Amino acid sequence: MPIQVLMPALSPTMTEGTLAKWVKTEGDNVAAGDVIAEIETDKATMEVEAVDEGTLGKILVPEGTENVAVNSLIALLLEEGEDASALEGADQAATAAPAAPESPAALETAPAAVVNHPSDDPAPEPEWTGPTRRVTVREALRDAMAEEMRRNQDVFLMGEEVAEYQGAYKVSQGLLDEFGAKRVIDTPITEHGFAGLAVGAAFDKLSPIVEFMTWNFAMQAVDHILNSAAKTLYMSGGQMGCPITFRGPNGAAARVAAQHSQCYASWYAHCPGLKVIAPWNASDAKGLLKAAIRDPNPIIFLENEVMYGQSFDIPDIDDWVLPIGRAKIERPGKDVTITAFSRMVGTALEAADLLAAEGIDAEVINLRTLRPLDTATIVKSVQKTNRIVSVEEGWPFAGIGSELAAVMMEDAFDWLDAPLVRVCGEDVPMPYAANLEALALPSPERIAAAAKQVSYRAS
Amino acid sequence: MATAGRKTTAGGGNKRPDVETLLKYYREMLLIRRFEERAGQLYGMGLIGGFCHLYIGQEAVVTGVQAVLTEKDSVITSYRDHGHMLACGMEANGVMAELTGRRGGYSKGKGGSMHMFSREKRFFGGHGIVGAQVPLGTGLAFAHKYKEDGGISVTYTGDGAINQGQVYEAFNMASLWELPVLYIIENNQYAMGTAVARASANTQLCNRGASYDIPGEEVDGMDVLKVKEAAAKAVAHIRAGKGPYILEMKTYRYRGHSMSDPAKYRTKEEVNKMKAERDPIDHLRLSMLDLGEAEEQTFKDIDKEIKDIVSKSAEFSQSSPEPDPSELYTDILVDV
Repeated sequence: MPIQVLMPALSPTMTEGTLAKWVKTEGDNVAAGDVIAEIETDKATMEVEAVDEGTLGKILVPEGTENVAVNSLIALLLEEGEDASALEGADQAATAAPAAPESPAALETAPAAVVNHPSDDPAPEPEWTGPTRRVTVREALRDAMAEEMRRNQDVFLMGEEVAEYQGAYKVSQGLLDEFGAKRVIDTPITEHGFAGLAVGAAFDKLSPIVEFMTWNFAMQAVDHILNSAAKTLYMSGGQMGCPITFRGPNGAAARVAAQHSQCYASWYAHCPGLKVIAPWNASDAKGLLKAAIRDPNPIIFLENEVMYGQSFDIPDIDDWVLPIGRAKIERPGKDVTITAFSRMVGTALEAADLLAAEGIDAEVINLRTLRPLDTATIVKSVQKTNRIVSVEEGWPFAGIGSELAAVMMEDAFDWLDAPLVRVCGEDVPMPYAANLEALALPSPERIAAAAKQVSYRAS
Repeated sequence: MATAGRKTTAGGGNKRPDVETLLKYYREMLLIRRFEERAGQLYGMGLIGGFCHLYIGQEAVVTGVQAVLTEKDSVITSYRDHGHMLACGMEANGVMAELTGRRGGYSKGKGGSMHMFSREKRFFGGHGIVGAQVPLGTGLAFAHKYKEDGGISVTYTGDGAINQGQVYEAFNMASLWELPVLYIIENNQYAMGTAVARASANTQLCNRGASYDIPGEEVDGMDVLKVKEAAAKAVAHIRAGKGPYILEMKTYRYRGHSMSDPAKYRTKEEVNKMKAERDPIDHLRLSMLDLGEAEEQTFKDIDKEIKDIVSKSAEFSQSSPEPDPSELYTDILVDV
């Protein structure tokens, strides 16, 4: 049976082309790799090479023919030992090109939303009633790293100034002394490079903690965070996990202007393959960072420089670990739900105090994790309050508040008595001047005003 | 180190490998060649989609380098990766089925031509972002050193990727921390359609580590024995704990950058001359015939054996079913 030579597709979009020229003629010997013809597509002239060896037995489509469909039979190749008699009828044979398979049938149970939210009904986190001690957020983060490094030899810390300088913001204070230079590693100023290097180490089952001096600088490394860390598990069919924690201060600090003051929460929360955590107080910081380091997935851990020096009571136990993907109701209330994360939780609590003075009982939810977002806790709260205000430092367009508005439409529409209102950072690059900077960020007063707006109360 | 930029002399003084070893190299190179030709055909039939970058012409590079590695070493490369996977011992069936996007592919049909992996064979991809594999491969070397397991990382890159900034960020850290990494620059003369001299102010790519004290050598990448000899020397340097090493392999790809590249940026004469005079597979076969190390029949038998493997992989890649629709939602995160 002669070998069928088919009209090839030479680009992802080609469906037909012109058979411009036969380079070989009938009777010529052909070896694998030999150019046998030239075809023209709408973009270019390309060569067709033989894949098999044999003798060109019969040309079925003469040169100059236009609109030759991809996969139609253009020639027959005689294999060793075959003669021309084998050609008889062969051109009648079905063009045996195995068609590309049909597109798969639509999923029987297509998920309604693109984001995989935890769907179970969460019990509120019980208040800690055991012993506590007072620590700063900075110390809580350091203790979390130290405890996980003691627990697992494969955990190491890498970043600019993390070792000898003890951390640009002193978060890694003392770690070099305890763990040595092998595990607490000062890098050159080379975010793209060391992020990629750490991801490579994680592919081989180490568990790096990568400190970015601030998340603003991680933009240099975003290709490795997304294309290498977040996507490789999927692209490898589940073979290449990436247990890595990227951490550092996010959002506005104080008077450092636009390039150093940006919230990346919605940027990273957009991406499947990542988990995104934004702790507020010391208890969050310790419990969630320990969970992040143990998690076998790439984690984006968004801290806040202004919070580092603030002190909070945290549970005084050996192993304080919080679940990723669970929000916490920091202040229960019945009149309006206010969601916030990171530093804005404190601002929202201040707003709740202002509202209380006016007889409005606000429930403040600390989101803690932005991906996966604990929509169950938020929806449950709105079923009680029927009103919601979302607070974030980041810009409004396609922000976390926008996602929450969508969640409300999808999961809580019938429970709402007013449209969700977003309180965001102003839609401007962060200014330097003190008065303008203050105007650019959410304040307790703006949050309280929004809460009154959704409550249809005059401000 | 004062060795940066040194060129190897042709041939070298090493003893020629035994016939069995030479035939092994021949078999490996031919497998890559025939596999890629078949992949090109399946692409033409619409069975392989998207981008498909063939390795035809460059077979001696990966075959020669892999010849000096051990099972504990790690390998990573860019998107022109089919040959590297076959040379790492990955099955032709699984590679071809990934190209066709089927369940039996190495990534279950979810990665495609540019994104395949085998933890078992320590092949870490298959990366589609030009240059990204260089820091990643340096990280694999970091892991070898951290774990003190004696392995090294072989990180392949091309003459195009070598102008990416992250490559030098990685070179700096690799040298600073004396990481066990062998950087192979596969200089096939064209970054897509741009000739090396049109993109690189200095075309002596083996010198690119000079600022970081990384020794580098230029090697005839069309001769598997010269590749192997240079790789053996570099690997000995790295295993001795002396840090990274760069080998620039002067090679040539016969096909376009990808399947849809008409290759107008070079002449047919140039391509035909390389095929006729420098082909790595012909070169090894003819030298063995000349030296009486093997007869035509031996090569014919190997040709048939390889043709069978490739035909079976093509059949498998069409008979293996498409991924189950439920696979759309798996492997996004590791379950906790």
